[in-house]
Order: sequence, then C-alpha cells, then structure tokens
Amino acid sequence: MVEGGKIEFWRWPEATWVNPDIDWKKGKYITAGVDIGSVSSQSVIMVDNELYAYSNTRTGSDSPESARKAMNLALEPAGITVDNIDYCIGTGYGRVNVPMAQQTITEIACHARGANYMYGPEVKTVMDMGGQDCKAIRIDDRGKVIKFMMNDKCAAGTGRGMEVFADLIGVPVWEIGERSYQIDKEPAMISSTCVVFAKSEVVGLLQAGTPENDIMAAYCSAMAHRIVELLNRLGIEEKFAITGGIAKNIGVTRRLAQEMGTRTAELEWSDEKMRGKGLPFETQIAGATGAAIFAHAMLERGRVQSARKA
Amino acid sequence: MIVAGVDAGGKNVHIIIVKDGQTLAKTMAPSGINKAEAAEKLYAETLKQAGLKREDVERVVATGSSGERVEFASGVIPDAAADARGVNRILPSARTVIDVGAEEGRAIKISGAGKVLDFAINEKCAAGTGTFVDAMARALETPIEDLAALSLESTNAIPMNAQCAVFGESEVVSLIHQKTSKPDIARAVHDAIAGRVGSVARIVGLEDDIVMIGGVALNNGFVDSLRRELKLDITVPEDPDYIGALGAAAAAEAGVTEETVKATVVERDTVEEG
Repeated sequence: MVEGGKIEFWRWPEATWVNPDIDWKKGKYITAGVDIGSVSSQSVIMVDNELYAYSNTRTGSDSPESARKAMNLALEPAGITVDNIDYCIGTGYGRVNVPMAQQTITEIACHARGANYMYGPEVKTVMDMGGQDCKAIRIDDRGKVIKFMMNDKCAAGTGRGMEVFADLIGVPVWEIGERSYQIDKEPAMISSTCVVFAKSEVVGLLQAGTPENDIMAAYCSAMAHRIVELLNRLGIEEKFAITGGIAKNIGVTRRLAQEMGTRTAELEWSDEKMRGKGLPFETQIAGATGAAIFAHAMLERGRVQSARKA
Repeated sequence: MIVAGVDAGGKNVHIIIVKDGQTLAKTMAPSGINKAEAAEKLYAETLKQAGLKREDVERVVATGSSGERVEFASGVIPDAAADARGVNRILPSARTVIDVGAEEGRAIKISGAGKVLDFAINEKCAAGTGTFVDAMARALETPIEDLAALSLESTNAIPMNAQCAVFGESEVVSLIHQKTSKPDIARAVHDAIAGRVGSVARIVGLEDDIVMIGGVALNNGFVDSLRRELKLDITVPEDPDYIGALGAAAAAEAGVTEETVKATVVERDTVEEG
C-alpha cells in the first residue's frame, strides 16, 4: 500500500480464491471469463457452471497484460493452465484486448448474467457500480437484459469517485463504509454532485473541523443518492442487487437501501447465502462470472467448439 | 461619487473603487477558506491604495458566489447582473457575455442598456470551468500560466474523450504516456472546455458582439479554442477578470443594491439508455 513513501489510500486489496470442494479433473466443461474494466480486472474459472477460482486485480496501462495477469492469478492457485480451459470469453471495457479469449460479450450482458447466478433469479434490477461508470440494468429471471441506463461520462457515483475521496481524506477505501457509521448523527450529504467540486467541499469541511467520520457519512450518502437518481429513471423492480466494487462499501449500500426503502440482495448475500456456502463475498466478479456462464451455455448448446488443448 | 464593487468568487476576490466613472484602484486576492475575511482584508488594502477612508465610499455593492458574505457591502447583486452592467460599461455594443470563472461557466444575453435578457449557467459540473483547466494543468505538470502559450503552439487537434475532470486527468496522463506533445495536449484541454462552454452559450443564442470575461478569459489559448468552437469572433476586454467587480461598482453608482435575474440552470445529462 506504500509506494515511494506515500500511502495510497485508494488502493483496495486484490484477491484470489479457489474452491477447495471442486475437482476440476472431474468436470465436463471448464470455462473462463475475463473482465477487463477501466480500473479493475477479474478472471473467473468455472467447472460445469460452478465457481471454481477467481482473481481480482488492478487494471494496468496495458490491457492484454492485465488480462494475462488476471488469468494467471486465478490459474496458478487452481492448478490448471490456459490449455485446460474449454472456452474463454472476454468482457468489460478492454474486452477486445483479452488474448486468451475466443469471443467477447458486452459487460452489461455479463453483469446481468453474473448477478443472476450470484444473487439468484429473484433479482430483477442490477446496479453495476464500476470503476469509471455505473449501469442500472433491468433483467429477467434468467439474467437476460431487458433494458439499462448507463453513466460513463461523469465520475460522480463511480468507484473512481470513491477512490479520489479516500485519497483526499486519507482513509483506506475499504474502511470508509464502517467508519461512516461511527457518528453521532447522520450529517447532511455533500451537496456537490461533481467529484471535483465535492473535493473542495470536503476540504472546507475538514478545515472547519468536521469529524472525518461525519465527512465519510456525508460523502457516502451523496453517492447513494446519486445512484438512486439513476435507478429511479430506470424504475426499480425488486429484488435489487449491486455488483462491482462499491457493493462492498456498506456506507453507500445501506444508505442506498434506506433511501429506496428496499433491502439490497447483495447485503442478504453477504449475510446469509454465500457465507453459508463458504463462498467469499466478492461483488467485483459478476462480469467475469457472467462471461464464464455464457461460455458454458455456448458449449452445452453446441454453438461453439471446445478450444481445450490439454 | 465614490463607490466600490466587490466580486467574491469561488477562487479569487476582486475589488474596484470607482470615482465618477474612473477607476481609482483595483485589487485581487485568493478568496481562501474564510471568504468574508479575505474580502475584508482586500478592501482595507484597496482603500489604502486609493488613499481613501471607509467613509469616503458612498456605497459598496458585492457580487459573486460568496457575495452574501461581504459584510461591508450595502447590497448584493447576482453575477449575471454584475457581468451585464460591467460589460455594458466598457462595450455598449455587446449582446452576449460569456463568463467562465473557477467554478462556473455562464452565458448571458444582454440589452443595449446592460440588462440581463436571458442567462444560462453550468455550476454543477467542473467540465467547462476554470477548475477543469487547473486540474489538467496539474496532470500535465505544467504551470497554469504556461498552458495558454503551449496550446497556441499546437499543430494537431486531438479530441479528448473524457468530459469529466476526474476522467480527464487520467486521459491527460495516458496522452503523456502515448508521447503526445504537451502543446497538443494543452490544446485538447482547451478544446474540451470550449465545447462545454459553447453548449451553454448556445442556450441563450449568440448575438454580436460577443464578449468573454472571467478569469479563464485571461487564457488566450482557451479563447482561441472557443473562437474555433463557435466560429465567431469574441472580444476579450482588458482585465476580463475584473468585469464582475466593475459591474457591481456600476450598480453602486446607479444606487442599485439588489437585482434579480432568472437563470436556466444547465443540468448535464450524463445518462445513456439502452
């Protein structure tokens, strides 16, 4: 977290995970999804549509290199190589630069499909909170996209906006959610929508001696409000779930749920479902998971040939 | 009659003291955190420069985003009204005023008498404001004063994809990595903000003469980009950043201590449907 002596508060923890209960050698199809986002990259390996391994890492300046890194981070602990994979699909902003992928699918379709898998078929509205964009997606019970609304022009309400804030206030980005509740009373939200103007507002609050935790609460509720505005334009149909990095920030997600008057599915997921199954809470892999599921469906339906070499 | 105009903006305070239409003194300073204090301090200095005492000044009118915090003013008028009055005083033929400051960009349609006829403002988004230029200059590791000259050296028009200042910083960094020349990046930055300012200006319509004022008008690289964007001639008066203060002083001279204008607030729709 320290580079050149300077603490990088925005730098969220990278992760890899392998499911110890799966023996890949017994599987029929091994599929992979690689999601190269503007800020983070993930790879997911599935054995017959069961989550087997994943990685979550930061996207570098070179997309093919980021794809290889994400892939290797999941492959190595899983004990397999690219040659063992039957079919791989690239998605995300950098999807055309995934060297090991046989095909690409848009991240909207993949997040929808991934959210359906991760959070269940009851989910009808998915909010993908990406590093540099956010998308509200209406899906059916099979995870197919019905319609969507997207903002990729403005940093407000994106992961990048939260990173900028973490760096400014000097608090690690993963601590902001918890700390935003260590307050006496919910403060008024940051009034500026624009991240740049919000920064000036935050500097003003710091100089006025406002406690840091209160400022975090004010920033989180402003972000929650921004997302609700986007969701209201789409129209919320329950259940509702969030994917992407911001889904890990309870400072935003709980306030969002409160403003909408609904419980969000990924909170239930984190509390009950996945923990019960022994799966980790990783909301950033929805896109890559969806891609791996698409790959499996294509193989099963005989639409594509296995590219497996070993 | 001696009067003063104070423009307390997002980044700087400007003060002008006028006697019978002639400027006696003008000063500026960063507005800092405590804007009331900054204005007070600067006013004392301006009076000293003009060799005046407080009681010599018959009326003080303030304007700007922090105009309400100027305690020694007897009234506050909106920026658009001050801009209209200030521009009308120096160029009565002006019909369109484009004012780009640190934290907002506005376009005002004015009458030959210096009245606000129509007015559009972007104050919600840093793209299209001086803050955008500041942020890009930082990303380019170039002093803001050098950005104008740099962009005028540019030989290539490179479009910037990012409209947001936060994403723009990353884009500038990647343009540097791609070995794009500094002049070309500087021009791309100015073209980007000119595009945003141009779209605000088109809301009120562009009628000759067009005058550009505000701190960003000092950046001739930007003015050059805006001329290209609008395909129209733009006049930049001397000391374009003092026009708001001058307009406030003009209001003080006319005995006007309050004024209302109706604005079209530009809400940027950043959402695409699919």
